[in-house]
Amino acid sequence: MLMASCSEGVLDPHGPVGKAEKIILYDATAIMLAVIIPVIVLTLVFAWWFRAKNSQARYRPDWEYSGRIEMIIWSIPALIILFLGGIAWTGSHDLDPPAPLADSTAPLDIEVISLDWRWLFIYPHEGIASLNRLVVPAGVPLRFRITSTTVMNSFFVPQLGSQIYAMPNMVTRLNLEADQPGTFEGLSAQFSGDGFSDMRFDLVSTEPEAFKDWVNTTKTQGGVLDAKTFEELDRPAKADGAQTYAQVSEGLFDKISSRSMAAVPPQRGQ
Amino acid sequence: MFGRLTWAAIPFDQPVVMIASGTVGFVIFCVLALVTVKGWWPYLWREWITSVDHKRIGVMYIGLALLMLVRGFSDAMLMRSQLALAAGHAQGYLPPEHYDQIFSAHGTIMIFFVAMPFVIGLMNFVLPLQLGVRDVAFPVLNSVGFWLSAAGVLLVNVSLVVGEFARTGWLAYPPLSEVAYSPGVGVDYYLWSLQISGLGTLLSGINLTTTILKLRAPGMGYRQMPIFCWTALASNLLIVAAFPILTATFAMLLLDRYCGFHFFTNDLGGNPMMYINLIWCWGHPEVYILILPAFGVFSEVVATFSGKPLFGRRSMVMATMGICVLSFLVWLHHFFTMGAGADVNAFFGIATMIIAVPTGVKIFNWLFTLYGGRIRFTVPIYWAVGFMVTFVIGGMTGVLMAIPPADFVLHNSLFLIAHFHNVAIGGVVFGVMAGISYWFPKAFGFTLNERLGKSVFWCWFFGFYLAFMPLYVLGLMGATRRMQHYSNTHWQPLMLVALAGAVLILLGIALTVVQIAVSIRRREFNRDVTGDPWNGRTLEWSTPSPPPVWNFSALPQVDRADAFWAVKQQRGTAQGRNVTRTYETIHVPRNNPTGFFLAFFAVILGFSLIWRIWWGAGLGLLGVIVVCLMQVWRTDGEIEVPAEKVATFERLRGLKESAV
Amino acid sequence: MSAEQALVTADAVPLSLRGPAPTRVVAGYGFWLFLLSDIIIFAALFAAYAVLSGETAGGPTAADLFDKKHVLIETACLLVSSVTCGFGSLAVQSGDRNATYFWMAITFILGVTFLSLEVSEFSHMLQIGAGPSRSAFLSAFFTLVGTHGLHVTIGLCWLTVMLLQVATLGFQPMVGRRFFCFALFWHALDIVWIGVFTIVYLGAHL
Repeated sequence: MLMASCSEGVLDPHGPVGKAEKIILYDATAIMLAVIIPVIVLTLVFAWWFRAKNSQARYRPDWEYSGRIEMIIWSIPALIILFLGGIAWTGSHDLDPPAPLADSTAPLDIEVISLDWRWLFIYPHEGIASLNRLVVPAGVPLRFRITSTTVMNSFFVPQLGSQIYAMPNMVTRLNLEADQPGTFEGLSAQFSGDGFSDMRFDLVSTEPEAFKDWVNTTKTQGGVLDAKTFEELDRPAKADGAQTYAQVSEGLFDKISSRSMAAVPPQRGQ
Repeated sequence: MFGRLTWAAIPFDQPVVMIASGTVGFVIFCVLALVTVKGWWPYLWREWITSVDHKRIGVMYIGLALLMLVRGFSDAMLMRSQLALAAGHAQGYLPPEHYDQIFSAHGTIMIFFVAMPFVIGLMNFVLPLQLGVRDVAFPVLNSVGFWLSAAGVLLVNVSLVVGEFARTGWLAYPPLSEVAYSPGVGVDYYLWSLQISGLGTLLSGINLTTTILKLRAPGMGYRQMPIFCWTALASNLLIVAAFPILTATFAMLLLDRYCGFHFFTNDLGGNPMMYINLIWCWGHPEVYILILPAFGVFSEVVATFSGKPLFGRRSMVMATMGICVLSFLVWLHHFFTMGAGADVNAFFGIATMIIAVPTGVKIFNWLFTLYGGRIRFTVPIYWAVGFMVTFVIGGMTGVLMAIPPADFVLHNSLFLIAHFHNVAIGGVVFGVMAGISYWFPKAFGFTLNERLGKSVFWCWFFGFYLAFMPLYVLGLMGATRRMQHYSNTHWQPLMLVALAGAVLILLGIALTVVQIAVSIRRREFNRDVTGDPWNGRTLEWSTPSPPPVWNFSALPQVDRADAFWAVKQQRGTAQGRNVTRTYETIHVPRNNPTGFFLAFFAVILGFSLIWRIWWGAGLGLLGVIVVCLMQVWRTDGEIEVPAEKVATFERLRGLKESAV
Repeated sequence: MSAEQALVTADAVPLSLRGPAPTRVVAGYGFWLFLLSDIIIFAALFAAYAVLSGETAGGPTAADLFDKKHVLIETACLLVSSVTCGFGSLAVQSGDRNATYFWMAITFILGVTFLSLEVSEFSHMLQIGAGPSRSAFLSAFFTLVGTHGLHVTIGLCWLTVMLLQVATLGFQPMVGRRFFCFALFWHALDIVWIGVFTIVYLGAHL
């Protein structure tokens, strides 16, 4: 089972963010196991050795304090925490979702909108959009700006690394990168209602040339995504395959993520 | 006329629900019929329903919790079996509309109506006995608190058959829980039942805090107070400080839903992130409210059955109070992924780790209590050792997720689910089970069957590992929580193992029922005649089992910790033998139906508010006011137990004990 | 100090070692705890107000709505009512029925005056379309100030019941304890009002 978990998901990252996080997971676990395993062993050993029937064990009915032991048992956890706290500090800053990646390649901007219960991806500079399928070039830093139209969701591609909440009237920012071509599962990690379990998407990472081809092809097929077509998209519906849009109106994402869309949200049925 | 309530509220078209509620209804009917036929109503009314005796109330809390454990665990079985089936293209047998209610009910019930009543029940029963006093500070309020909790239980369970429950998860985040996205009555059921029972919990917190701080035997200062009382103090202080936040936050959500306010809505300035902050400002202290008394139980159990005092008592107390304070400084670790920024995330991550230090120290204290002991392997010690081994794993995964970048890939995954079940089951449930088997003889006068008790333990122990270790793995594989189905068929074998674990725990719960039944039937063989079946160290073991209503015929004079142990050491000496006792008249609080009737009207009020039956709400409110007014004019609150009766009781007790 | 010495000089025995405290102390202490929990409810409402005070959604702002003079009179009513409540407490302690009725009646009148001023402020705001459903800021305002007003209302009902209890039961220890709790409650409401006054009303003009 443990081996299985190493070949997919969080322990099989395909990007720099995920890889850094995996190292943190392993290091922190190893440090803590160094204390946890002896504690578990000692618990079982003491419980067994000092059982009432064992006449060899020395019974010390009045022994309840030892300064030396106190100092040790406070220091060990404190030292571990000091170390892990350092990891927490540096890790939080190095892997802060809005922080740009260390890659010098020019990033690709992608705008993400979580709907009930689908994901819409807008490529603002390319002027196209895609529903439930995110095509990206490998080896290029991806700069996500994320929002939601209805309730909270969480944009998460486990094999690339960090997730971040998608919230209405707010924009969260995330930076990820896919090292090589491949298809990676994406999902929402924050429960958002009846269609939540189907709210999945594929992140397809391709060679940069293939990505350019895909952008050009998309520009020739599919409809227009403007305020009106978006309004139709915004009605509650379960995920049902992928779709692309050849044209996206300017600033659509900014309009959606701020409060200039209609104040009254679409009602859900019972 | 009936607000939104129509016949359509009853799900006649859902066979599972109709059969389940039909069965429960039938069982309730049979029980009521039995009680009526046997003429037990006067006894129940006098001895239990209107009782203000902390011992009775404590037992009722635990009974309520056991009942709700069955309900909450049924939800768990439904979830586990659904997930074992719904792999790939399969959809399982529970559509999302139902599955969402089931996991929301599971969490709500387990935290609010199983764990809380278990812990409050234990504290209620034990504290006055350990403190060497006659009852809690406010006995009538104690009854009110219990019955309000029961009212909350009733409302939640009614939602199964009349209407629906919330489909939002157990904390009902907005915007999902706002009217726009949850227009039905589900969230209203959730909010009103928790407001009512939350009030009960708050009253209990005030009651027990006052008891610990103002009602102790003469000579029992803070240094002489048993360690369970210290952990109970920390837990109750947390209740008093944290539950008002829950009340206020739910009130704001209720105002949004009922009166069109905009605290957490998407439009006109509402801020859902504020709800998440507020609710977790309550939520994190809540988990410490649950775990600290469990720690207290383990401290008592490990010391008693090792035959030595708790190692490092003072540092235990300091660790406990440190945890109490620190628990208010870590709430943001529940939403690192909401985007607060590196500095804020790092601060809360580090604060969370800091709180792990005193928690970890406690494990060492128990370890060194075992060291040098003469350990008797009774059922409570099984739970204690099982806890020590299991809880540290959960603590480790918790500290792991306290590192923000680690949390970024594990947040809301099945890894998280495994972590909190690890600490909740390995910590709280194991602690409550240890406490129940430890104090059962004190409450009922006979011990529980040891062999069945050990079987129950092994079922829970192995069942827990089978059920939740696969979830750690699944979380690492990318599985998120609250899924109704999943497409990745690799996950199914692990889900099946988890289901097997759940079945094993189910066996454990069934065996608990068997254990209680067998123990009652064989109680003459397991009688506790001396009142001290475990060679205990604290004052509750100096009373008979069960204790008289007044607990102590003469309040004990205490001068050190582990007061009863000191008394027993002295009994052999001349000083110890020359104790002559004079008894005084004892004032005992009279039975009082206020709690029961307040809860009765609270249910009417809550149900009416849920269904917008405004005249019903008015009726409920009026009833509450009338009952309160009747109570405040009561002047005959106490019964006198004459000194001769006390003296006779003690004489008979002495005869019984010396006959053994 | 040994146990024997401690018993001889009884005053030297610390409070924590003297056994269960008397009912008067226990009741007051429990009520203090309840007040602290109540203040935490207010703290949460203050926090919500602080977060949402700028979210006016294009509607009326605090500066548009609040009238300093109005608030000054409300504050004066409450503060003076605390003083009269204090005199009433003294009357209760000395068992003086008439003085109790007198001072508590004035307290009651001042409380009612405060409430009617607040109700008039609220109804005016509702009339001009500045009700709680207009914006998050107004939701927070109405809830915070309204919860305080609700507590005042409950206090006045409680005071009425207490005066009836004096009339029917006289100055029993139980009645005395309850008056003590009531006075604590009333003064605490005053303190919360000072917070409201400062953060909500004065804060609007900064």
